[in-house]
Amino acid sequence: MKLTGAQIFFESLKAEGVEVIFGLPGGVLLDLYDEMPKHDIRHILVRHEQGAAHMADGYARATGRVGVCLVTSGPGATNTVTGIATAYMDSIPIVVFTGQVPTALIGNDAFQEADIVGITRPCTKHNYLVKDVHDLARIIREAFYLARSGRPGPILVDLPKDVINAKAEYKSPKKIALQGYKPTTEAHMGQIKRAYAAIGKAKKPVIYAGGGVISSNAAKELKQLGESLRCPVTTTLMGLGGFPAPHELWLGMLGMHGTFRANMAMGSTDLLIAIGARFDDRVTGKLDEFAPSAKIIHIDIDPTSISKNVKVDIPIVGDCKDALKKLLQLVKESPIDDLEKVRKPWLDQIQKWKETYPLAYELKVDLSKPQYVVEKLYELSEGKAIIATEVGQNQMWAAQYYHFLEPRTLLTSGGLGTMGYGLPAAIGAQAAFPDRLVIDVAGDGSIQMCIQEMITAVENNLPVKVAILNNQYLGMVRQWQQLFYEKNYCSTCLKIAPDFVKLAEAYGALGLRAHKPDEVEAVIREGFASPKPVIMDFVVNPEECVYPMVPAGAAMTEMLLA
Amino acid sequence: MRHTLGVLVENQPGVLSRVAGLFSGRGFNIESLTVAETLEQGVSHITLVTTGDEMIMEQIVKQLNKLVNVIKVIDFREVRFVDREMALIKVKAEASTRAEALRIVDIFRGKVVDVSQNFFTVEVTGDEGKIQAILDLLSQLGIVEVVRTGKVAIARSRKNSTKR
Repeated sequence: MKLTGAQIFFESLKAEGVEVIFGLPGGVLLDLYDEMPKHDIRHILVRHEQGAAHMADGYARATGRVGVCLVTSGPGATNTVTGIATAYMDSIPIVVFTGQVPTALIGNDAFQEADIVGITRPCTKHNYLVKDVHDLARIIREAFYLARSGRPGPILVDLPKDVINAKAEYKSPKKIALQGYKPTTEAHMGQIKRAYAAIGKAKKPVIYAGGGVISSNAAKELKQLGESLRCPVTTTLMGLGGFPAPHELWLGMLGMHGTFRANMAMGSTDLLIAIGARFDDRVTGKLDEFAPSAKIIHIDIDPTSISKNVKVDIPIVGDCKDALKKLLQLVKESPIDDLEKVRKPWLDQIQKWKETYPLAYELKVDLSKPQYVVEKLYELSEGKAIIATEVGQNQMWAAQYYHFLEPRTLLTSGGLGTMGYGLPAAIGAQAAFPDRLVIDVAGDGSIQMCIQEMITAVENNLPVKVAILNNQYLGMVRQWQQLFYEKNYCSTCLKIAPDFVKLAEAYGALGLRAHKPDEVEAVIREGFASPKPVIMDFVVNPEECVYPMVPAGAAMTEMLLA
Repeated sequence: MRHTLGVLVENQPGVLSRVAGLFSGRGFNIESLTVAETLEQGVSHITLVTTGDEMIMEQIVKQLNKLVNVIKVIDFREVRFVDREMALIKVKAEASTRAEALRIVDIFRGKVVDVSQNFFTVEVTGDEGKIQAILDLLSQLGIVEVVRTGKVAIARSRKNSTKR
């Protein structure tokens, strides 16, 4: 029996196990949306397509499954570009379906036409324009496979209106035949042995782990490796949750706003074990002075990440989980002699650094500190919440003061740094886990970038909790102006702002405000207890800065500490 | 340093744009680029000349390999190869210089493919050095226009290369 493109679309999604689509209809998608109610698939109607892409992304980060969004042609499609680029930079598996004008009109500047395949070529892992309904099932199959395999990433599939209407037999291909795509997932044993030999000789090793540990579900193996080598562990922003923060071997996050001990450890390590991380400039600082005395082992599934910025001594291409398992096997077979004794001076040194400059802030009675608010969020959620963040100071304070215990509990735009990401990402995660506590740690600037999705949360009973650290500034930019531009606060002041409590109420959500430190806890408790989406507006110290801070282009050991 | 790469790609719409976009987006140079079909249906071959140090070349090769439509990258830094380029050169050929023009073309085993009252169009094939040499000589007579194909390259087969 022949099916329409629309029917094939839903059959294919079913075959991929898709349970929820984040989307917004439009002219060219009418036939698809007409078909939708006949299928057992949840559709969450967004209010702006950027929100749809971020929700799919948040869903994917929280679950490890592929997130799906569906938007119309032209502006619908272009509105997703920020979301796609966000997912691309952080290697998040999403599939974005865009409507397109009928094939006969493509290239004619038709109404709501955009060359979205051309536009998104540099920010997708791969993308497709489906020109023939007979290719549709195969392409959808490939799209999901590409999104989740190898180094994950966003895939865009452009669906012209006539393809959605045309009919074909539905045959999902059994095998995926992509002759140019064969990611290396198994780590080479010879390289693993070389790596372990280097580890055996190291006096001051550091494990530097990134988002790859999260996406390959290798947190368990990472912990085992750290423990069996008695090796301190730091992670990037993207790797937070990959190693339990209360652990004795935990160094904290590294990089521009990393902890003193993590950056100092990077500065003096003699063996850097990089796992699923990509030596981003926010991590390396001045390249010449990055881990100057270290030999570098780098495990990554993407060969292009290896020796891109920093020359690597022992490259290992493969899935982090596989590589770590093999490494652990070697540790088990031939453990390092006198490990405790060998490691003691190094761990003592790190302890000293930790005591010299712990993460700290000055508490005040009359005005809340943003760090205090995040600490309270941590305490009252018992570290069990899924935290989404916006971008800027709020993001860094969330990273520093919420102590992540489990992987997939931090949803944050690390690479692209997308303000407006947090709220929709939180909604996406809440859609996957209706019973979990999902918090968006936000700033008063970034929350306004996708605030319209509050109504999506209300409509779909997704009780996300938005915690605005309200300093009446675009805080991170202001911080740079404060430190490096003689406090010339040009265009960063947000004193004219909406009343976020009334705004929440207007959306049918709960709005709460804490003016003073002693109101913070009560507001959080009330917010958590509410069955509704909540906006908690925390009035905080306007000129608070994120410390430590490594100025852009400086060596990582040159930190401003307060 | 200048390097030549061979890239086998699936012959699909947008592939060239993906390759070119990769170079522009990541700040790599393309000095020349030629594309044509291969014997295998649906597969095209791109010969690409680029510049970069060791680390950049490694990135270029890896990034090309990462494109889903790229089937294979032949890094000619690692294999012996033959490369050729063709140029069409429109050169002034008035009564006084015609004989000289023809002699030069003959020395380079080129062909005159179009003649008019005042101009010859010359076809010449060779490696970069040879093309440059004939251009240098003909420029003394006055070159009006040059169109070059860019390099194509192929790996030498083992048997032949040992004989030489």
